[in-house]
Amino acid sequence: MSAESAIRLSPGPDDPVGRGRRSGGGAIRSAREYLPAAVVFVVAVVGWEVLFTVLNLESFLLPKPSVILAALQANWSGGRFPLLPSAIATLQEALLGLAIGTFGGVAVAFASASWLTARGILLPLAVAANAVPIIAFAPLLNNWFGALNPLSKALMAAVLVFFPVMANVTRGLVQVEPGALELMRSYASSDWTILRKVRIPNALPYFFTALKIATTLSLIGAIVGEYFGGANSVLGRLIVNSASALKFDITWAAILFGAATGIAFYLVVSLAERLVIPWAAAQRGDG
Amino acid sequence: MITGPTPQSPVVRLAGVDKTFARGDRAVTKALEGIDLEIGRGEFVSLIGPSGCGKSTLLRIVGDLIAPSSGTVTVNGKTAERARRDRDYGMVFQAPVLFDWRTVEDNVKLPLEILGQDAATRTKRAREMLDLVELGDFLKHHPYQLSGGMQQRVAIARALAFQPSILLMDEPFGALDEMTRERMNGEVLRIWEQTGTTILFVTHSIPEAVFLSSRVVVMSARPGRITNVVDIDLPRPRTEDTRETPRYFELVTAVRESLRRGGGSLDDAGTVDPATVERTIAEGAVG
Repeated sequence: MSAESAIRLSPGPDDPVGRGRRSGGGAIRSAREYLPAAVVFVVAVVGWEVLFTVLNLESFLLPKPSVILAALQANWSGGRFPLLPSAIATLQEALLGLAIGTFGGVAVAFASASWLTARGILLPLAVAANAVPIIAFAPLLNNWFGALNPLSKALMAAVLVFFPVMANVTRGLVQVEPGALELMRSYASSDWTILRKVRIPNALPYFFTALKIATTLSLIGAIVGEYFGGANSVLGRLIVNSASALKFDITWAAILFGAATGIAFYLVVSLAERLVIPWAAAQRGDG
Repeated sequence: MITGPTPQSPVVRLAGVDKTFARGDRAVTKALEGIDLEIGRGEFVSLIGPSGCGKSTLLRIVGDLIAPSSGTVTVNGKTAERARRDRDYGMVFQAPVLFDWRTVEDNVKLPLEILGQDAATRTKRAREMLDLVELGDFLKHHPYQLSGGMQQRVAIARALAFQPSILLMDEPFGALDEMTRERMNGEVLRIWEQTGTTILFVTHSIPEAVFLSSRVVVMSARPGRITNVVDIDLPRPRTEDTRETPRYFELVTAVRESLRRGGGSLDDAGTVDPATVERTIAEGAVG
């Protein structure tokens, strides 16, 4: 028997050859993976700069990257259009909205996963609500909670975040392998035990998928809410105001800031995902 | 946990069990009709029959995962529900139903956690069981890092972890290739001989049923009935050589003819393929 298990240590017909290797070289591999995208990005930016210089195009159509970078530097934290404080204010609104929307979405998901009646009532309503272009409510939210109140923007973000979180987490809680439920039934386990030991771990990858979508949506919600009025030093107002002042280089710098914030936000969630559910990433083969 | 019946009383007694499935208000499918069966302590009984003969349904009725339409099920002198609540059953399904978020060791510990055993006992017991299925070197692996055969061995270790008085196995090796299946057959026999557990085993493979069982219960489809019970008097311990003895081929033939007489459908090629004996000889030579 010991000889047999010794044999099993080496790759054999029953051995998972090449599966589940979570070895080193991950950094090198991902660098190699992202290299083509990085090259294309750099080439596009340089091409943009060169093309606009050669053709001498008007900068109000599309400022050159060098001009945008200069605007970014000049308006980093001071002046009429302070980029960094604005981005932080917008991020705070988005974060608050993300928290509210995620909490609401998860709560409704648990309710609809636990009670069939709740699912019957809530899911059709949620689907119907999702079909509504929710952004259209932005002026109303400003009206209800005050344009200067960050809560009006946070709620816009929350409304956008709610649906994907609710839908995904519900799916994760409900779509459990039927065999798993039979197994738990054979142990005579309570619904509470099944929820804790099967449904919640099963829903975690769905939750993180939703959260990645939600980070972007929360920023969209906050910025669009700001378009319809708000304090001056927020990204949305800064974009609107600089554009109406024809300072398009600053508008683009603000957009760049928003994009960077969104990407950073997404990366934080991805990192959290790898820390919380490493098995899910390893299973997908990108661990 | 094993509430001992008197030695002569059977572990499982089915009397006049019927099962009908109502599909809407149109057709009513008669899945099982007039099932009478007794399984003694320490027996290895296989249920074999064509697809749709209700053998898996019958296994689930014994395990109280499905209620019979009429008739009585007695397990260890109790109702099937009482037996399930007393955790008299270990279950192994065709899919291993392992949880990817748990390591191999933690998967085996799952039923022990539900039973509320202390951590030291859980660890000791899980390791014993994994040694029994020869996976002692894979404690910290995750299920997706294992091959199909290894995953199914983990499922068997988990089913045995709380020392159930009866093991219900529903085509546990149906998804494995022929070579792995034969090796797993040998392992199950070894485990059965070491633990003395009563096993009810559903399969559609004649060689598997004959090799493993003390009795093979042959079923026919539509409605599912028991058409014959073949006593398997092959000497124990059975080894790969057993598969090459004349008595083994006689019994394989006997089971096959029972299936044919019972109207075993020919669409299930694996069950009534006339070439099975020849194939078995060829594979026996390899094994």
